[in-house]
Amino acid sequence: MTTTSPPPTQTQRHEHVPLRHPRLPRWAPLLVAAMAVSAAGLLALSLGWGLVGWVIVAALLYIVGLPLWSRAIENRRAAMDRLVTSLIWVALVIAFIPLVSLLSTVIRNGASELTSTFLNNSMRNVIGEGGGIYHALVGTLLITLGATVISVPIGLMTSIYLVEYGALSRIASAIRFLVDVMTGIPSIVAGLFAFALFALITGDPGIHFGFGGSVALSLLMIPIVVRSAEEMLKLVPSDLREASYALGVPKWRTIVRVVLPTALSGIITGVTLAIARVIGETAPLLIIAGSTDSVNFNLFHDQMATLPVFIYYSYTQPGLNPEISRGYAWGAALVLIIIVMALNAIARILGKFFAPRTGR
Amino acid sequence: MATSIDISDLDIYYGDFLAVEGVNMTIPARSVTALIGPSGCGKSTFLRTLNRMHEVIPGARVEGKIVVDGHSLYDSAVDPVEVRRQVGMVFQRPNPFPTMSIADNVLAGLRLNNKRLKRSDAEDVVERSLTRANLWKEVKDRLKKPGMSLSGGQQQRLCIARAIAVEPQVLLMDEPCSALDPISTSAIEDLIHELRTEYTIVIVTHNMQQAARVSEDTAFFNLAGAGKPGQLIEMNPTKKIFSLPDEEATEAYISGRFG
Repeated sequence: MTTTSPPPTQTQRHEHVPLRHPRLPRWAPLLVAAMAVSAAGLLALSLGWGLVGWVIVAALLYIVGLPLWSRAIENRRAAMDRLVTSLIWVALVIAFIPLVSLLSTVIRNGASELTSTFLNNSMRNVIGEGGGIYHALVGTLLITLGATVISVPIGLMTSIYLVEYGALSRIASAIRFLVDVMTGIPSIVAGLFAFALFALITGDPGIHFGFGGSVALSLLMIPIVVRSAEEMLKLVPSDLREASYALGVPKWRTIVRVVLPTALSGIITGVTLAIARVIGETAPLLIIAGSTDSVNFNLFHDQMATLPVFIYYSYTQPGLNPEISRGYAWGAALVLIIIVMALNAIARILGKFFAPRTGR
Repeated sequence: MATSIDISDLDIYYGDFLAVEGVNMTIPARSVTALIGPSGCGKSTFLRTLNRMHEVIPGARVEGKIVVDGHSLYDSAVDPVEVRRQVGMVFQRPNPFPTMSIADNVLAGLRLNNKRLKRSDAEDVVERSLTRANLWKEVKDRLKKPGMSLSGGQQQRLCIARAIAVEPQVLLMDEPCSALDPISTSAIEDLIHELRTEYTIVIVTHNMQQAARVSEDTAFFNLAGAGKPGQLIEMNPTKKIFSLPDEEATEAYISGRFG
């Protein structure tokens, strides 16, 4: 070790550090992609593969080809960059495949069903054509609204306790643990819980009503609301709380007037995502809300149809006109997806609207 | 209206850790008192005990006595919320409320305490407070804009306006100029000069020229070593501290021969 002298290149390196390197042209990825697709197409045609084989081989050729070309012209770092970039694009495409396929299937099968009759009629006394999902739409909206009315106050107050009062105390960490456990409750268990609860309260072993569905769904919704609201409240800088305390504002009013408004946009987003999560639940509603062909506006009396349960029954028990009934199922699925997408869009708009404005 | 503050045998803890030890001092009324000393010596911690902001931090507590206007601050019958209404505070980093406009930020102390204000009264308070904070001219045409739209120095003056809008008796300032440029700093120093006739002001600063410029009295805090509690070394009129301090440590710190 003692004999090592400083390498002679070191002084030279300081004199001349090239800042310019050869770069592939901007259209290089496009060219490689085109070549990969056509080469894979030739192979696919000559060997008789289907579309899937073609796409996979093209992707592989692209992932190998572009970094190799880059390695030859550019340097190692650029080649690695191009390799990882290509891998991430492939991952994105793979992630999109199920989504696009699902959406296109539902739209293809369901779009023709979306008529005013379909949205305005119930299935009362309908055999075959002329039926609709009005009863299920009303049920889904009412039951989800009920679940939201139960979950948001409980969830929000729990998260306020966890962030503002409990902090690091033992009871707060116990609550956090239990909320996490609650997140993992299978939805059917939530339905059974609601059924058992109301069967015991009313003494009716065959109880079915919409509000029971709301209770079951709120069991699934509360942990999501708690966790998302907790994260949002934690993001509010403690500077703001101290500024408010220093003005002689009591703690509860600081929470209500300073902390909550600052976190409001995030909380609204969290609540909407929680709604989107539970609106498609089937199992608990099968058990406690039941199913009917009639419109029922009363959450507290009689069975209530919901979109997921309607889809389930239309598809598994299509009855005398299976084609028509399955069409109803696809139409209802499309409506459910549209509702969830609209909720997400509303959440984004509300989030923007309530976000603290910097005015810059 | 303004009051002096008597502090005797004050020990300040974070949990089991003794952060500041044995402070005895009297902060005179209607005057500016500067707290100087190296980082970590407990100046800010001490300042925060004067309006019971210290106990906002979990596990933080205080032993000893602070008497304001004949009332012991840490008496069990004293409501910390009431204390903070009398003793306002300006923080090191400007922290206007992001959800509120400039005018609402100034009125925050009144509105958040649910005081009903007539529109004209509210406008008066906004104009008076912003004028005294040297900000009125710059923002009078955009009072409805968000408080966060101002520059850093303007935000800090907005925070001062917010603190004096509730008309406290004492104003605590925790390095209010450390994030500001010289022009904003001088605006705030002018403001301190104007406020001293009505308020008791305590200011923590790392800038010794600033302490010499704005304060009547200066208290020097120091700590014996890392992990040891901070202590009050000396408190004297600012002129005396900067020319003929009693303690050698003070002289060493002020002349830059510290450590």
